[in-house]
Amino acid sequence: MTDVSSQVEPVDPVNPNEPFAPEEKARNQWWDVWDQFRSHKGAMAGLIFLIFITLFCSIGPLLWDVDPGKLDIRNKDVRPIYVAIWDGDAKTSWARPMGTDHLGRDIMSNIMQGGRISLAVGWTAMILAILIGTFVGVLAGYFKRLDWALMRFTDLVLSLPLLPLLLVMMLLFRDPLRATFGPENGIFILIVLGIGITSWMQTARIVRGDVMALKEREFVLAARSIGTPPRRMITRHVLPNVLSPIMVSATLGLATAIITESALSFLGLGFPSDFPTWGKILFDSVDRMTAFPERVLWPGLAISLTVLAVNYIGDGLRDALDPRIRGM
Amino acid sequence: MLDDRKKILVSVKDLKMHFPIHAGLLRRRVGEVKAVDGVSFDVLEGETLGLVGESGCGKSTCGRAVLRLYDITSGSIVIDDREIGATPQPELRDMRPTMQMVFQDPQASLNPRMTVEDIIKEPLDEHTTLKDAEKRAKVAELMDAVGLNRKFAKRYPHAFSGGQRQRIGIARALALNPKFIVCDEPIAALDVSIQAQVVNLLEDLQEQFGLTYLFISHDLSMVRHIATRVAVMYLGKIVELAPREGLYAEPLHPYTKALLSAVPEPDPSLARNTQRVILKGDVPSPSNPPEGCNFCTRCPSVMDICKRIEPAYREVQPGRFTACHLYNDLDDTAGATAGPEANKSTNKEKTT
Repeated sequence: MTDVSSQVEPVDPVNPNEPFAPEEKARNQWWDVWDQFRSHKGAMAGLIFLIFITLFCSIGPLLWDVDPGKLDIRNKDVRPIYVAIWDGDAKTSWARPMGTDHLGRDIMSNIMQGGRISLAVGWTAMILAILIGTFVGVLAGYFKRLDWALMRFTDLVLSLPLLPLLLVMMLLFRDPLRATFGPENGIFILIVLGIGITSWMQTARIVRGDVMALKEREFVLAARSIGTPPRRMITRHVLPNVLSPIMVSATLGLATAIITESALSFLGLGFPSDFPTWGKILFDSVDRMTAFPERVLWPGLAISLTVLAVNYIGDGLRDALDPRIRGM
Repeated sequence: MLDDRKKILVSVKDLKMHFPIHAGLLRRRVGEVKAVDGVSFDVLEGETLGLVGESGCGKSTCGRAVLRLYDITSGSIVIDDREIGATPQPELRDMRPTMQMVFQDPQASLNPRMTVEDIIKEPLDEHTTLKDAEKRAKVAELMDAVGLNRKFAKRYPHAFSGGQRQRIGIARALALNPKFIVCDEPIAALDVSIQAQVVNLLEDLQEQFGLTYLFISHDLSMVRHIATRVAVMYLGKIVELAPREGLYAEPLHPYTKALLSAVPEPDPSLARNTQRVILKGDVPSPSNPPEGCNFCTRCPSVMDICKRIEPAYREVQPGRFTACHLYNDLDDTAGATAGPEANKSTNKEKTT
């Protein structure tokens, strides 16, 4: 208790019944969350990297003003600048710091442009999947009447082979969506929806299990004896306590979404071929990986570091949001 | 009826709470656990009714069923002149402020993600239209009333000791000025010195706010201390209900006798001379209770009639209720000493 009190507000043992002093109220509990988050080194490193990669992709193209789709055959197969350190004869150029691909497209601007798409798809699809998964999971876990139907539906979706399903979806809906929202937005919506509605099932199952266990806890019974209606019971007592598993599946979901998008792009059913994403750059470069390892390395690193960063952030957030770990 | 000056606040008649058992591939209903099987009692305004019995006898279920935390199988519950036995849950909401509950495990009954202030404030959020500052003032008042430091309002439950957590639970139950509080083994999870504190706190609050308690416990000496009347449960039924002095001085039902003889005697010289009634065997399964009296498989004074006919629960002396064939009339008691061992073995075969 002593170390706790030093961290929070000072306790006055002499005059415990004195009314609230205003400065005690001033401290928002989110500051405690932030303090705990900051103490998690991995999470801080992850956050810094995520901010960096987000800025790199969003502001980068403004500073590095090279069209990612522009072909420059004369400058094709330029090696990245650092190759010059050990191989003086290699074709390098300061104008192309990360090199160019076999059509002379600048790799750095491709990575920036691809990152925009990959991150946007990853985040949106993950958020969509988490929302659907949590919604279905909480409903199934909390309301016994819905449980059977919802979980059988989850099993049904889970048993569908995902890639063929996505391919069929692409074939069926690509053209109408393109016509309505434009080629890029149409495909974006299609891919996000496709990934979102095919990856919520794990979350739903985990959340359902946790909600069922929580429902039997005495504090839920206590809330029932107070007369808390189910709606507020869920938002006040159930959801905050299933935050940890949701956070874990969210971080995993982001990774899966980025990778699924890559797989779709690889199959030629994602974004148009002149539209780079990290996954597509990666797959395009696999053929000549031995000669030009950097073309695989950069997008691969970007994907895995982003996923790793998000994982660490999720870990840190989970700890920071748990008052028991926060030591309050 | 015991004391005509006092009003009956809670009246329970033939309360039954059966939980279905589902088994097999198709989850078919194969039976039911008769956790509470026909319980009737009244609680008078301002009194404390102790409810005792061994673990698994249905005490807690009974307490929760009285507050309609479960949808009961059958029976009638009248609290504060309102019948709530069959009221659907949403309509019970208006009734909730009158009846509250203090739970057994203070760790489990507080949401670990809410601050103490939020926990105590929850009933106010649900049932009052006070402003936020007024609610905070009320919370501070309640924390004073249960002896918690106001400055801890922003802390989370895990930072408190067991006794302090139980105080938080009590403060939450008091927030809406209830008339009737079910205390579901509020002291079972606490150590002895803290038990005394909490029980004294409950008594002080009863005096201060004019509360009525249904005090569920397996601690007979604590019930003796706090209760005005005591009900003894066995396997989902009340076997005896009597004023505290009468029950402890002269128990009527054989089960009550056995239960009371198990209370440790602090004086060693007296302890050497006490004759303990030691019951043999186990409590029968509540999903398959014996025919006749529920206690007939273990009763030291079992008779033939006990295994066939269920004894009626009735007033045998003024204010004293029991369900036992020994008190049918004096003729029947003659066969009471017939070998309980022999009877028990035959009964066991029947029940298993």
